[in-house]
Amino acid sequence: MVSFILRRLLEAVPVLIGVSIVVFLFLRLIPGDPAIALLGERASEQNVQRLREQMGLNQPLHVQYWRFVRGLAQGDVGRSIRTTRPVMAEAGSRFPATVELTAAALTLALLTGVGAGTLSATWRGSFIDHAARVLSLAGISIPIFWLGLVLIWLFAVQLPWLPPDGRLSAEMRYSPITNFVFVDALLQRRGDLALDALRHVILPALALSTVPMAIIARMTRAALLEVLRADYVRTARAKGLPERAVTLRHAMKNAALPVVTIVGLQVGILLSGAILTETIFSWPGVGRWIFESILNRDFPVVQGMSLVIAVIFVSVNLVVDVLYAALDPRIRVR
Amino acid sequence: MNSELAAAARTGQLPVVAPALPVPVRPLRGPLTDALRRLRRDRAAIAGLLIILLMALLAVGAPLITRQDPIEQTLVNRLKPPSSAHLFGTDNLGRDVFARVLYGGRISLRVGLVAVALGVGLGTLVGLLAGYAGRVADSVISRLMEVLLAFPSTLLAIAIVAARGPGLENTMLAIGIIGVPVYARLTRASVLALKERDYVVAARCTGASGARILFRHILPNSLTPLIVQSTLGVATAIIEAAALGFLGLGAQPPTPEWGLMLTDARNFLLNAPWAMIFPGGAIMLTVLGFNLFGDGLRDALDPQMRP
Repeated sequence: MVSFILRRLLEAVPVLIGVSIVVFLFLRLIPGDPAIALLGERASEQNVQRLREQMGLNQPLHVQYWRFVRGLAQGDVGRSIRTTRPVMAEAGSRFPATVELTAAALTLALLTGVGAGTLSATWRGSFIDHAARVLSLAGISIPIFWLGLVLIWLFAVQLPWLPPDGRLSAEMRYSPITNFVFVDALLQRRGDLALDALRHVILPALALSTVPMAIIARMTRAALLEVLRADYVRTARAKGLPERAVTLRHAMKNAALPVVTIVGLQVGILLSGAILTETIFSWPGVGRWIFESILNRDFPVVQGMSLVIAVIFVSVNLVVDVLYAALDPRIRVR
Repeated sequence: MNSELAAAARTGQLPVVAPALPVPVRPLRGPLTDALRRLRRDRAAIAGLLIILLMALLAVGAPLITRQDPIEQTLVNRLKPPSSAHLFGTDNLGRDVFARVLYGGRISLRVGLVAVALGVGLGTLVGLLAGYAGRVADSVISRLMEVLLAFPSTLLAIAIVAARGPGLENTMLAIGIIGVPVYARLTRASVLALKERDYVVAARCTGASGARILFRHILPNSLTPLIVQSTLGVATAIIEAAALGFLGLGAQPPTPEWGLMLTDARNFLLNAPWAMIFPGGAIMLTVLGFNLFGDGLRDALDPQMRP
């Protein structure tokens, strides 16, 4: 097991180096002078020169890359052009918002996805099965930016039940400790704060959860059907166990493996979706920030955050692989 | 099934050694006929195909179906609800939403198909190379593909378009590129599975060149997963293109592109929800069509892949 983990860690190294090169080259691939791209066409020659000097753009490429990597090693991914603050410092307040949103969406997706997949598999061929399959197909076919608009129109405009945007109501005052609203609400024993945050997270989380929900439902159904055909399930039935025990104790446990993998892969989908969902719901997270930075041509932010997201993505995949190997010894021998 | 039994099943003749298991005697039929028969019986797949054909027909026949211009603005007609004159109502600039949805189909279908063609083309080449050119090439290419896969697809697409400038061409390019690793991996896996097969070894023994082996013997036999994946890929590409359009990075105004239409409609949710409902509905229906058909194709072409 240790050697497996080591091997996977080693395999991740070239990928991470590649990621850093791609992110590094991003700014240099923009047509024209990056300094002009950053400052705008009307910038004075002096300012452009100063920025070129500052960014080290007059040095050879490999020297620039080395500077970039050295910065990374110290946790420095650059400074925002607009605010001149370090990107990582700015990310500190935005990451928790994205984590909260994606965690809510993933929880929702897991509950509904595993539920629908299990119902589908145990009632195979029935109306429930068909309904669940249609629903999961609709889930991967619906554009989430459209679903977001429909949800806002339905539940914030037509029926004014939920707030259309933001993370908290404007009149909600509180002093953040961790920047995770739910954690802070718990620490400060603020029921009203938690409720307000919950009301705000429902619609964006619902929109963001559809694709993972659909994928998890399909995977759960397929995995359960596979397992329900296995000999040990027949044995469990033959010895007179009630169907519920067979499904829950014998089948579910073994069907969990592929589902775990699929859940791990959802992180990328969730982060992709977060860019759109956060933009639609004015959610003050990383996704909207990246998008706004692209519009504002604040490329160091885009560069830094892309790097952070890619590293998270690679790490999650690594953890999933290791988890999978821990659960299924056959994987370790490849 | 061992090779002797397989041969027996193909020719319909009994092998010299009697098989331990009874071989079901079936009339001779090619795998393609089999697949088509399975596909015809799959109601969901047929529904998907019909949706695709319908959307294609509506897109191609747009000028015959509506006389309204998708771009012309009639400001006195702003935000009019659906009526007989404007089937889907009008948008904030008084443009006919029905006409825009119809013409928008041309753009979405074209972007979807071109982007996938680009992704499949490049991905297949890269995958063939990785699978066949030896260990060094394989590990370099595989790592490169992993690097591309390390970025969430939408982020990568946005970054590519941001670097090259917004527009439909760059949208297609970006979506094509994010598809490359998917097709490359599929092709590579097929090549690895096929290159030790007897008929490939035989071809090599007769002195066939590497290119000939790859394109004559290996590629045709690894098409099944590629066809399935690219059908499903069109669905994803259409959504991604609409997302870029929605974010203002894809098609530019006044192009009647579905995603871009949603950006305009977003500010008029209260007064004109129809301007938002119909373009989004069109995206969903088209994507659903490709997903249904792709699922059906997978089941029909490769029963073993069936969940």
